[in-house]
Amino acid sequence: MNLNKDKMSYPITTMTMRSVADLKVGERARITVLNDQFTSLKLLEMGCLPGTEVCLHCKAPLGDPICLNVSGYCLSMRRSEAATILIEN
Amino acid sequence: MIGNPNAGKSSLFNQLTGLRQKTGNFPGVTMERKIGQTPLPDETTPTATVVDLPGIYSIYPKSPDEQLVTEILVNVRHPDYPAVAIVVVDASNLRRNLLLFTQIADLGLPVVLALNMLDVAQAQFQDVNAVRLAMQLGVPVVRVNARTGDGTDLLRQAIVRQLQQPVFPASLFHDPATQHPDLIADAKAGYALTNNYLAAQYVIQHDGFSFLNPAQRQNFDALIDRHKFVEADFQATETIARYERIGRVVADAVTDRRPLNQPTWSQQLDRILLHPVWGYLIFTGVLFLIFQALFAWAQPFADGIDAGVAWLNGSLKTQLPAGPLTDLLTDGVLAGIGGVLLFIPQIAFLFLLISLLEESGYMSRVMVLMDRIMRRFGLNGRSVVPLISGVACAVPAIMATRSIGSRRDRLITILVTPLMSCSARLPIYTILIALVVPEQRVLGLISLQGLALMGLYLLGLIAALLAAWVLKLVLKTNERSLFVMELPTFKLPRWNHVGLTVFDSVWSFVVEAGRVIVAISIVLWVLASYGPGDSMLRAESRVRAENPTRTAETLDNELASARLEASYAGQFGHFIEPAIRPLGYDWKIGIALLSSFAAREVFVGTMATIYSIGAGDTDETGVTVRERLRAERNPETGGPMYTPALAASLLIFYVFAMMCMSTLVTTYRETRTLKWPLVQLVYMTALAYLSAFLVYQWLK
Repeated sequence: MNLNKDKMSYPITTMTMRSVADLKVGERARITVLNDQFTSLKLLEMGCLPGTEVCLHCKAPLGDPICLNVSGYCLSMRRSEAATILIEN
Repeated sequence: MIGNPNAGKSSLFNQLTGLRQKTGNFPGVTMERKIGQTPLPDETTPTATVVDLPGIYSIYPKSPDEQLVTEILVNVRHPDYPAVAIVVVDASNLRRNLLLFTQIADLGLPVVLALNMLDVAQAQFQDVNAVRLAMQLGVPVVRVNARTGDGTDLLRQAIVRQLQQPVFPASLFHDPATQHPDLIADAKAGYALTNNYLAAQYVIQHDGFSFLNPAQRQNFDALIDRHKFVEADFQATETIARYERIGRVVADAVTDRRPLNQPTWSQQLDRILLHPVWGYLIFTGVLFLIFQALFAWAQPFADGIDAGVAWLNGSLKTQLPAGPLTDLLTDGVLAGIGGVLLFIPQIAFLFLLISLLEESGYMSRVMVLMDRIMRRFGLNGRSVVPLISGVACAVPAIMATRSIGSRRDRLITILVTPLMSCSARLPIYTILIALVVPEQRVLGLISLQGLALMGLYLLGLIAALLAAWVLKLVLKTNERSLFVMELPTFKLPRWNHVGLTVFDSVWSFVVEAGRVIVAISIVLWVLASYGPGDSMLRAESRVRAENPTRTAETLDNELASARLEASYAGQFGHFIEPAIRPLGYDWKIGIALLSSFAAREVFVGTMATIYSIGAGDTDETGVTVRERLRAERNPETGGPMYTPALAASLLIFYVFAMMCMSTLVTTYRETRTLKWPLVQLVYMTALAYLSAFLVYQWLK
C-alpha cells in the first residue's frame, strides 16, 4: 500500500474552519472532517471519527505535541496532525 | 494473545502461564516474544502454548512491531498461527478495543474475548454486560481481572470449547465483498482463500507480507489496477463502518453514566508532568535519580563483588598446584569473568528504573515532552526510549526502535543509539577515572569523579544528537511520520513484571557477555602465553644475558614482561603500535583495544589478563586491575604510564568507538543490509580515533 499519497479525498468546506490545533486547553468541540488522508487512517482507528466530541487536555511545552481527550482516553499528536482535524463548537 | 497496548495483555499472560514463561525471538526476526504453557481443563489437550504478541490498534500496521502481528494472523503456515485467538479488551475503552476485535474475528479465527479492566470501567460509571456483549458479537466473552487473576479458569474453559467446537459470528462485521465483489472473488480464487476479509488483507497489504513471492505481489498489483481499487478509501470506509456497528453493540451492552469531562488524578498529573517548566525539571530530576542510583547505590554491591573475585582468584592461586592450567583459570578466565560480574549491580539498577518508568506510564509523557526537541535532530519522540535504554545496552535499545513508524527516523535512531554510553563502558570509565581524577569533592558535596563520569555520559548524548543531525541532512526522505499515540493512564507498577524484567535482563547479560568474555579471555591467554617458534626462549635468555649478576627470582618480573612482549599477542600489539602511537597508546593497550572490538566489556578483563601475565608469579595475589595500572611505568619517561592525557584519550576513544559485535549484528538484523552496520562501524570508529588523537595531542 502506498502511504506517501497526500491526496485530499475529503472536501474542505471553507479555509477558515477551525481545527483541533486551534483549541485552547479545556475547550471542547465536535469533529467535522479529517482533511488529510494519510493521517486520517490512523486517527479513525484511534476513534477520532467525524461527529465525535473531543476536549483539549493539555499541551506539551512550546504547544507541540498536544494531548486530546477522545472517547474516554487521552491521545497525543503533533500540532501538524491536530491541524488536519477540523471541528465545530 | 492479541490486544491494544495497555489492555492488560501481559498481565493476563502472566496469570495464565505463571512465571514459567520464556522469552525468545519470533521466527525469522529479532523481536522478542514471550511464550508460556498454560494448563487446560481438557483430557485431549492438557496444556496449550500461549504466545503474547505486541500490542496493536488495528490489523493495518504502522510500525515494524505491528507488522509482525499482522503477518502471523494472516498466514496459516506461520509457526505461531493461533488455534484460538484470545483478544484482550479494555472494558473502560470498549469502542476502540472492539475495532481490533472485529477485524480479528473477520479474519476467520476462532476467537475468545477476554473482557478486562471492568473495575476501571465501573469506577468511570460504565457497566458492561458481558452476556449481551457475547450475544451481540457472537463469540464467547469471559470477564477477567488480569491483575488479580479472577476469571482465568473460565477463560481456560472457553478456550477449550473454542478448540473443540469453534463458534463464529453469524456474518462478517464488515464484508469487503459488498463493495468490491469482483476483486474479492478474484483474490480468493487466485490464492485458495475462503475468507473475504482475509482476501482483502492480501490485496491491501501484499507489499508488507514477507511470505509472498515477487510474482504473487505483482499479481496483486495487477488485480488492484484491474479493479481500480483504492486501498486508503477502503480502509477509511471500513473503519467508519466498523465504528458504526460497534456503536450499536456498545449501545446495547454498556450502560454509560459517565460525566462528559472527568478530571481524574492521572489527567491532573499530566498537566504537571507536561508543564513547560515543571515537566522538564521533573524529567531532569528523574534522570539525575537514575545516575545517582547507578553510581552511588550500586557501588557498594560492585565493591563487594570485586573483593569476592579478588579473594577467589587469590585463594585459587595458593590452593591449586602451579601450572599452565591454574594460570589459565585465574589469569585468563577468572580475571575476565570478574570484569563482567562487577557491573551486575549497575545493570540491575538500570533495568529496574527503566522498567519502572515504562510500567508507570511516565515514558509516554517523556516522548511527548521530547518530541519537538528530538525532531530538530532528525529523531522523534519515540526515539527517547531507545536512547535512554541505550544507557543500559544498545542491543535491546535498537530492538526497541521497532515502535518507530517512520523508516528514516528509525534508521537514524538505530545508527546513533550506540553512541549513548552503555553499561559495558562503565567499568572502563570507572577504572580510568579513578586513575587520573583525584578523589575530591567540589563544594563539599559533589564528587569530582562522579562529575567526570557524568561528563562522559553527556558527551555520548551530545555526540548522538549531533550525529543524528548530520544524518538528517544526509538521508533525505519524502516519507511522512506520525506521532498519534495513546497516553496511557498512570498505573502502579506490577512488581512481579518489574522483577521478571530485571532478572531476565541481568541473566541474559551475564550469559551473553560472559560467553564472549570467557572465550576471548582464553584465546587471549593462549596468545599472550605462547609465542612463535623459540621467540619466548630467546627473549628470556636475552634478559638473563643483560642482567648476568641478578638471581632468577629478582628477575621474575622482567622475564615475564619480556615473555609477554615476545608472545603472539605481544607481537601483534607491536604490529599495530604505529597506528595507535599518536593517541598515546602502547602495544599493551593495543592488545586490549583489539580484543575490545568484539565486545568492549572485555577491556578490563584483557587488561587484567595482560598485566597479570606480564607481572610474573612472585607478584602478590589478589591485586586488582586498578592497582596494576597505577603501578605501570612508561618505559621512555620512567613516570606513570597512565598520565591524564593518556587516560583522557582512552576514555574519549571508548565513548565513541563502535566496539560491540552484538550491536553490529542487531543493526544488521534490523536493517537487513550490511550497509548500515558498516556505516555505523566506520563513522563511530573514525570519530573515536580523531577525537582521541586531538585530545591526546592537546593534553600531552
